[in-house]
Amino acid sequence: MPALNDNQNNMKSSYDKASGEPNALLELGGISKAFPGILANDAIDLRVMPGEIHGLVGENGAGKSTLVKIIYGLLRPDQGTIKWEGDAVSIFGPSQARSLGIGMVFQHFSLFEALTVMENIALAIDEKWKTQELRSRIDEVSRNFGLSIEIDRYVHSLSVGERQRVEIVRCLLQSPKLLILDEPTSVLTPQEAESLFETLNILSKRGCAILYISHKLHEIKKICHAATILRAGRVVANCDPSKEPIKKMAELLVGSQLPEINRGRLTAHGVERIHIDNLNYTSKDPFSVKLKNISFTVRGGEILGIAGVAGNGQTELMSVLSGEVKDLDDPSIIKFNNQIVTSKGAAERRLLGAGFVPEQRQGHSAVTEMSLIENVLLTALKTCDLEKSGFIDQAKARSFAESIISNFDVRTTGVQAETGSLSGGNLQKFIVGRELLQQPSILIIEQPTWGVDVGAAIILRRALLDLAKSGAAVIIISQDLDEIFEVCNKIAVMADGMISILGDIAAVSMEEIGVLMGGQRYEH
Amino acid sequence: MDLVAIVLTIITASTPLLLAATGELITEKSGVLNLGVEGMMLIGAITAFATTTITNSAVLGVLAGAAAGTSMACVFGILVLIFLANQVATGLALTIFGIGLSALVGTGFVGIALEPLPKLDLGPISAVPVIGQILLGQDFLVYLSFFMVVLVAYFLSKTRLGLILRAVGESHDSAHALGYPVLLVRFLAILFGGFMCGLAGSYLSLAYTPLWAENMTAGRGWIAVALVVFGTWRAGRVALGAYLFGAITILQLHVQGWGLEIASQFMSMLPYLATIVVLVIISRDGAKIRLNAPQSIGKAFTPSR
Repeated sequence: MPALNDNQNNMKSSYDKASGEPNALLELGGISKAFPGILANDAIDLRVMPGEIHGLVGENGAGKSTLVKIIYGLLRPDQGTIKWEGDAVSIFGPSQARSLGIGMVFQHFSLFEALTVMENIALAIDEKWKTQELRSRIDEVSRNFGLSIEIDRYVHSLSVGERQRVEIVRCLLQSPKLLILDEPTSVLTPQEAESLFETLNILSKRGCAILYISHKLHEIKKICHAATILRAGRVVANCDPSKEPIKKMAELLVGSQLPEINRGRLTAHGVERIHIDNLNYTSKDPFSVKLKNISFTVRGGEILGIAGVAGNGQTELMSVLSGEVKDLDDPSIIKFNNQIVTSKGAAERRLLGAGFVPEQRQGHSAVTEMSLIENVLLTALKTCDLEKSGFIDQAKARSFAESIISNFDVRTTGVQAETGSLSGGNLQKFIVGRELLQQPSILIIEQPTWGVDVGAAIILRRALLDLAKSGAAVIIISQDLDEIFEVCNKIAVMADGMISILGDIAAVSMEEIGVLMGGQRYEH
Repeated sequence: MDLVAIVLTIITASTPLLLAATGELITEKSGVLNLGVEGMMLIGAITAFATTTITNSAVLGVLAGAAAGTSMACVFGILVLIFLANQVATGLALTIFGIGLSALVGTGFVGIALEPLPKLDLGPISAVPVIGQILLGQDFLVYLSFFMVVLVAYFLSKTRLGLILRAVGESHDSAHALGYPVLLVRFLAILFGGFMCGLAGSYLSLAYTPLWAENMTAGRGWIAVALVVFGTWRAGRVALGAYLFGAITILQLHVQGWGLEIASQFMSMLPYLATIVVLVIISRDGAKIRLNAPQSIGKAFTPSR
């Protein structure tokens, strides 16, 4: 009875399918990808279930970015299979990934600065562009998920946090089944991060899976249902983050025992190094934030953390402090080491012992098209005597660059490497190293560890602490409150171009900071 | 009556600039700097002239001129997009190549005179003084040049494809990350630029002066490139610049004819000076320039890095 047999076979196969594990939304099998000189992904397996928030954890260079680029169709794997909803697929490009239902928010935002928010969103949507309809859909999504954006502004005038919201809204408009988020909370306030988590939870309940890439293990622990930990291109562990202790995960991630940061005792009784009095600044850029009546002092041995939501005047404050902007409104006074520097430029301020690390690494702190050694010369030429009667002292410059690379564990091919080839974390270590080795008595640094992995962040924070201990005054402008609490001994909050000094960090509550960040004035 | 004649010559002098600059505008908006405009115009001019002489058909001539400009652009596109040649050097080479090749091909055509490109003739309506003569009595390339400016302005600001083109010129990495075919978009933009330069060349040898002379573009290709930059990559301003240049070129000739005591060298300089000064003044707003200038211009794009 062949007919019956056939029937039985059919039943058996469908039974097999049903009895196996539930179908994964996305299943990667043995994905490998090699670049010249490095095996970025080595036989990676990954299963993401529908509606699951799946954490993808790993240090810089662990292969996370390569892996998500493969999933999003930007890179083709050398080996391995991709299964989407149970069927083997090859993803040839992002638009195919989007049509499958995969959305992605990039770490280095993929927005076009000279276009408006509206145009940026229209670009990422594969459907026809009907302006009015799109507008109302954007409004709807941004209201539903609490992601407020201004549709008609140009992207170049938006803060980092606002840009991220645009990217997320852009993905959500396509109602994806899988949303990939790369380091999404690094630029958000605790409250904003909270509301992002709520958004993610709603999405997950509605059946949208999320691949969540982060270095922040407590976030992974808090929101992820499953986590895959990568190290050096391989999967080292799959775990349930709600059960795994954070320290254990961190050790898996770094591959060794974690060093602890010891803040030790910072003595805040040094000489007054930074003195800001009644600083007022109105930029010509209509979208920038006015700085209003900012006054504070920082002594040697102190680290002042300036917290605040992105776009509340931090960028403007940084450019005023570094001397990139000098046309301040009266009666602003800036004193470094007891000298008035209000009308002095960045180079002159550096000669007085100040060092600056602005937020934007590529193109602001460093010129990506130049070699590491050339980037050293940009700020250390005069302060470290790297020139001899008008000529560059190549040997001295080289040894200076080499000492940065060895002291700060910068992973690169050498001092002649093109700066743009360094990963975000390594570039930041190099830039901070360049400033620190000039032994500044004043260091002003913005977002020191944004997008930097755990190991590198520890190195950087330790270096900042050591600098303060040696008697320098340090200002950290950061949106990462954990970082401020970890390193700083004084805290201030910036909102709407004004600053509230809260003083000793031990006496301040998280709640108080949250309220101030929301823009309410703090009454003493 | 004299005024009408002046306006007519101004239109004739401005049209080739307008055609070439409109094409270059699209090329540059996609993030490619093609300095081969002069060369593509010359090749377009000689091809159109030779084809018309041989076939006796101006329409075929114009088509052949446009095709020749496009194929020059095609060579440029392959070199800079696929072989990643430096855009500035390749563009300069294209110009030098165009000057040489057009002179070589053109040796047999020197001294031949053609009927100028036929003008629109609506009978009595085209003969209406002033308005009819100026608006309704031109050849089709003049109308095409206006149509193309409006089309390009509309394309860039209102259409989705125009938005994609601007995005590619703004940041090729981001455009690639979103899944847009950067190289294809640029290749098409380069071809369009070549097509328009071919038309501009055809206009020179078939309508402006219906004969062939070696190097007859006389630097107009470079003016077209400059107009795009000084017009801050906006179609309307580029058109304004083209007509300003054309107008002053013609007017200074007439002024010289009046026998004023102004050095003729200064007068010949005037179109260049005035165009640059006027365009710089109307577009001195730095923020606007930043918004309109394609940020990736001149940069080679390699997909996976």
